[in-house]
Amino acid sequence: MATCKYDWPEAAERHLIGKPISRIDGPAKSSGRAKYTYDINRPGMLFGKVLRCPHAHAKVTSIDISEAKNLPGVKAVRVIQGEGKEILWGGDEIACVAAVSEEVAEDAIRRIKVQYEELPFLVNEEDLERAQSQGHTRAPSVQTKGDPDKAFADPDVVISEGYYGAPVITHCCLETHGQVTEYDGSDHLRVWISTQGVSTIPQQFAEVLGLPATHVEAICDYIGGGFGSKFQIDRWGVECARLSKDAGGKAVKLMLERDAELKVAGTRPSAFAKVKVAAKKDGTLVAWQSEAWGTGGVAGAGVPPLPYVLEGIPNQSKKYTAVSTNTGGARAWRAPNHPQAAVLTLCALDDLAAKLEMDPIEFLTKNTGLAPEHLGETYNDELAKVAELSEWKKYWHPRGRGGSGRIRRGLGVSIHTWGGRGHNSNCDVLIQPDGSVEVRLGSQDLGTGTRTVIAIVAAETLGLPVEAIKVTLGDSRYPYSGASGGSTTVGGVSASTRRGSVDARDQLFAAVAPALGVPPDQLEAAAGHIRVKGNPAKSLSWKQACARLGTKTIQATGKNPGPCELGSSGVGGAQVADVSVDTETGRIKVNRMIAAQDCGLIIDMKTAESQVYGAMIMGISYALFEERVMDDQTGIMLNPNMEFYKLATIGDIPEFIVHMMTGPQYDRRGVIGLGEPPVISPGAAISNAVANAIGVRVPTLPLTPDKVLAALEKA
Amino acid sequence: MRGKKPKDAAQKGGNGAVTRRDFLRGASLAVSTGLLAADGAAVASPPESSAAAVVGPGKVPVTLRVNGQVHRLELEPRVTLLDALRNDLDTTGSKRVCDRGTCGACTMIVDGKAVYSCSLLAIEAEGRNITTIEGLMKDGRLSPVMQAFIDNDAQQCGFCTPGFVMAATALLAERRHLTPEEVNRGLGGNICRCGTYHGLRLAALEAAKRMKA
Ligand code: FES
Ligand code: FES
Repeated sequence: MATCKYDWPEAAERHLIGKPISRIDGPAKSSGRAKYTYDINRPGMLFGKVLRCPHAHAKVTSIDISEAKNLPGVKAVRVIQGEGKEILWGGDEIACVAAVSEEVAEDAIRRIKVQYEELPFLVNEEDLERAQSQGHTRAPSVQTKGDPDKAFADPDVVISEGYYGAPVITHCCLETHGQVTEYDGSDHLRVWISTQGVSTIPQQFAEVLGLPATHVEAICDYIGGGFGSKFQIDRWGVECARLSKDAGGKAVKLMLERDAELKVAGTRPSAFAKVKVAAKKDGTLVAWQSEAWGTGGVAGAGVPPLPYVLEGIPNQSKKYTAVSTNTGGARAWRAPNHPQAAVLTLCALDDLAAKLEMDPIEFLTKNTGLAPEHLGETYNDELAKVAELSEWKKYWHPRGRGGSGRIRRGLGVSIHTWGGRGHNSNCDVLIQPDGSVEVRLGSQDLGTGTRTVIAIVAAETLGLPVEAIKVTLGDSRYPYSGASGGSTTVGGVSASTRRGSVDARDQLFAAVAPALGVPPDQLEAAAGHIRVKGNPAKSLSWKQACARLGTKTIQATGKNPGPCELGSSGVGGAQVADVSVDTETGRIKVNRMIAAQDCGLIIDMKTAESQVYGAMIMGISYALFEERVMDDQTGIMLNPNMEFYKLATIGDIPEFIVHMMTGPQYDRRGVIGLGEPPVISPGAAISNAVANAIGVRVPTLPLTPDKVLAALEKA
Repeated sequence: MRGKKPKDAAQKGGNGAVTRRDFLRGASLAVSTGLLAADGAAVASPPESSAAAVVGPGKVPVTLRVNGQVHRLELEPRVTLLDALRNDLDTTGSKRVCDRGTCGACTMIVDGKAVYSCSLLAIEAEGRNITTIEGLMKDGRLSPVMQAFIDNDAQQCGFCTPGFVMAATALLAERRHLTPEEVNRGLGGNICRCGTYHGLRLAALEAAKRMKA
């Protein structure tokens, strides 16, 4: 096998890569010492607050900030959207203040007087006809492939038709969006910001504020959740910097209040669809038809990729209509558009399998050839794995044959896919003469384990323990590394770290080769030593070797992309849900969730598994509880808080079995991202399990008791 | 479903109609005027002290005993214990997430009981023993609960983590024999968005085992 000098070590030579290793920032987090943006306190810091529009659609007819300005303790007041401005969703920013305390800032906000002319609005989209009649829809996009009419007309096919959907949900990051801004002199801006893209922040501020990007520093050591909603500096970020400027450069902390976080700081678009699917009697899929719609706020929504995964169905007819609503806008939500596409597709296919009286795992396995390229085999392996681990044969029964008792049990399955190729990343790897090692890069750790994988890769390459590596990230002054979105981080930072560490190690080899009396290419770094290959007795300890550097620090830059293939793209994944449904109360209990997930070469088994557990838990949350509730009468969000915007709590959590796919065929693919894929299937898998249990489909998520009872009544 | 939580019920505030801050303002008013019954019906009760003197609205001296140390502060009576510690004492391990008694991110241990510090006024905490996450480390060493969180990866972004560590610590102070159901109940008043509940459950059970040993 041809080798390339940066290649990942072979399985037999890996001491750390792929092992379960505790996250290196665990102690800082569990002891409360980790400082998040929300925790930054600067000398003389002011507090910023925002006044938000209480109407879904309105025109500002007048605004008076004089009383707020005159309040003692208020240092700056700014109008963000003043007289004449049309406001398109509830909660949009109108004005902001900075004051000596949060309490005074709140008082000042209350003293701002705004008058609005209220305008007509639409905030709910499930009723497509109403949205159309009010002019809130875009021209639909229509796509056809093959001859769907003919395929559906074939008397030998079995056809299933149904209605499915998933509503708008929010990101609800526990750390709200926000930042602390502070000027150093008149033209240097320092920003602590809760962001998924540290390296991208200076340019964003520079553009709006007219500063050189070199004069802006962004810092984010720890971030309390992003899930796709924290890439932009946002209007509140810009206004925070302006408040700082107006207040003579002082630090201003402006973190969103919880209600604003839920109203304006990110949603996942809804998706609803009428779907018709056809298969031959042996289960071979032949035709797909969907009429789908959804909203992501004023700007409409991204189109879910339909039919999901099994995109090779030969005959297709698809229509998608984007609905514009007067609601806070959509942002990328972990695996954008995929969880919705999974619900619309995998639930429809499950209904078809039931009609065919086929086991859905057999039905999917029969059709995995319709998945893109190399994934068919992966799905077959993963479906077989989840069938085995869930004891599918033992617990599954044909739909509706879950007995006649009050509590009915059922199993459901779903599959998913994601890209996850590593992003652009640069890092500096430093080896000091005293033996200490540091990797520096302008990346961020969202809690996915980024710091830890960087440390593992550097340690593996240098033959050191993980604790010997200092990882410094979260500051835009370090080498540019891409934003963390779309599961691109692990592939990017592990590859740049590998390349930088190999180069740094080779420089060290060159420095110590004379002392060991062999050419540098005869050396290896292992077990805390630099030693001669095949003759481990001839060696220097890491410290002795580094001492040979004299006063010269080794600094190597690693890049991604770069030489040698260290990663790729395109994963599968299968999940089974096992539920019990109380047919009297409509309550669903998830008993077990079983996952088989591939992601190429796994760097840290422990944090990789955590991603899958966490994603399935998020999935249970949106399958059973989460929904943004908008009031048709007033146009405002009714649950912008955490008691009525429901998230799963620990008692909702079932037993899990997580199986990571490993072995040479996965290693060969290099590192691929994992954040998104496992969050995609839970909605469809749980909905399918409920249908299996009670014999009837609950059409839309969340699967709340009232909907379960309504479905049972209709059956 | 949501097992909202038999923590210190007296400290749980907030319903859909009033914001936590408005409620607390009402409550502190009630303390001074005895009008509690009119306002507080929807929410669990603030402390009874109908004879208390009127304080505020300006700043008043407040003495807080935090992790064994006494701090003298000047605070408006409406300031919560959470905000006083975070904004005035730079003690930021406790997080502000829902700010109205739903999520547990602000959990502190006050006189031995886990409370939502966003739903307790700083002036109400005078004279009480307040322990925060910062107070759980002994001589720079991680507590057994913290160590169990690390070993079981009961954290991702970590923003909910201090609250869970405090809730688990309070739970384990009460009882060392924990069933999974008791863990669900004891940690059921805290919310994690990243979905670390699987690790949390294992961590709580393991901490219980280690502390028994
Ligand atoms: S911040 Fe106190 S309970 Fe949520
Ligand atoms: S670890 Fe992120 S909210 Fe719990």
